[in-house]
Amino acid sequence: MIALALPAQDSGTFTPPGIEEIHLPAILPWGAADGFSKQMLLVILSVVIIAAFFLMAARKGQLVPGRLQFAGEAAYGFVRNGIGKDIIGGKDFMKYVPLLFSLFFFILVNNIYGAIPVIQLPTFSHVGGAYVMAAIVYFTWIAIGVKKNGLRYFKLATVPSGVPGYILPIVIPIEIISNFLVRPVTHSLRLFATMLAGHLIVMIAGSGIEFLVMQENVLLKGASVLVLGGAVAMYMLEALIMVLQAYVFTLLTAIYIEGALHADSH
Amino acid sequence: MKQLIISAATEGTNPLVPNIWEMFVVLVGFAVLMYIVVKYVVPMFEKTFAERAEAIEGGIAKAEKAQAEASAALEEYKQQLTDARAEANRIREEARAEGAQILADLKEKAAAESARITAQAHAAIQSERQAAVVSLRAEVGTLATTLAGRIVGESLDDDARSARVVDRFLADLENQNAGAAK
Repeated sequence: MIALALPAQDSGTFTPPGIEEIHLPAILPWGAADGFSKQMLLVILSVVIIAAFFLMAARKGQLVPGRLQFAGEAAYGFVRNGIGKDIIGGKDFMKYVPLLFSLFFFILVNNIYGAIPVIQLPTFSHVGGAYVMAAIVYFTWIAIGVKKNGLRYFKLATVPSGVPGYILPIVIPIEIISNFLVRPVTHSLRLFATMLAGHLIVMIAGSGIEFLVMQENVLLKGASVLVLGGAVAMYMLEALIMVLQAYVFTLLTAIYIEGALHADSH
Repeated sequence: MKQLIISAATEGTNPLVPNIWEMFVVLVGFAVLMYIVVKYVVPMFEKTFAERAEAIEGGIAKAEKAQAEASAALEEYKQQLTDARAEANRIREEARAEGAQILADLKEKAAAESARITAQAHAAIQSERQAAVVSLRAEVGTLATTLAGRIVGESLDDDARSARVVDRFLADLENQNAGAAK
């Protein structure tokens, strides 16, 4: 909430915080433009948190699990069965469970940061991370498709079966664009945009409350309570979206992999 | 206005342009996480799941084995029971047959005994009778001689006397006979 230190309040007009406010000052500047940012610290922290939790939960491996192990198994089983087994299915879904599992919890923890009071910054409100995640998934499913079907995969993925020949000149470019060009873009931007928007809404609500409280008019001061109520509601909604986006990202990954595996039957 | 100045500053920051260092950190962070997950987390969970499934299935198999053993024992017990019953029946039948045999033997023996006794009695009677006839035959001559002597000794012309002699003789004879029969 450093954004609240805007100099606009003195003029009596409200200036909302802009997009640049998500670029916090670097913790440790070095040669590059931004240096070591808060996002980078959070990414490293997320890896430590996830690895520590699941290693501790899985370490004992008791047949009758304790509380921690049970929680870990439930979380793991959610991705393994709820996403991997249900979407990809078959005998070979286990090969992709590690990827789905890592994706889900990596994105989940990095999103949830936005709902934790002191941290209050979802990592993927910076687009770079979202690009990387989407790119990993993009190359993964293309590699799976090619490995499974050979170079014929590109034909299977772009030429739908059962379509009359005279429509193909229209359908093939559409398929190419939608599968190979738009898909990674939407995959990354969906995550980035929801996180950025959620973060902005909370920031704007925060600075709006501050602006109203600073007013001399008592009615305007009181109106800040309404904004606070709205901010809490938005905060809840954001928390939901943070979890949901992690799920959607992983689910889409599973769907892309499934499509690549069974390209000949689509 | 300050707002305008801030807006101008905003235009310089395109949110879609990534920070290359951040991308690098995310990539490396995710790779590290992926490595830990592939190497440790998933194998450990899967091992636990497999062990649990095995424990449950092993328990079921064990129970099935115990069930099979129990039913085998029951079968064996029933078989033994059937055998024992058959054995008991056989022994009973044998005993009955033996009893009947013994009874028949005894009856036969008793019949033989009674036949023997009857035959013996017959033989005794026969021999006594024979003895009586022999002794009678021997005595008849003597008696006849005695009678004839008496008749001759007395007067034969006296019919009344002669008749008395004959009567006396017959009475004697009867007495003798009665004595012999005793």
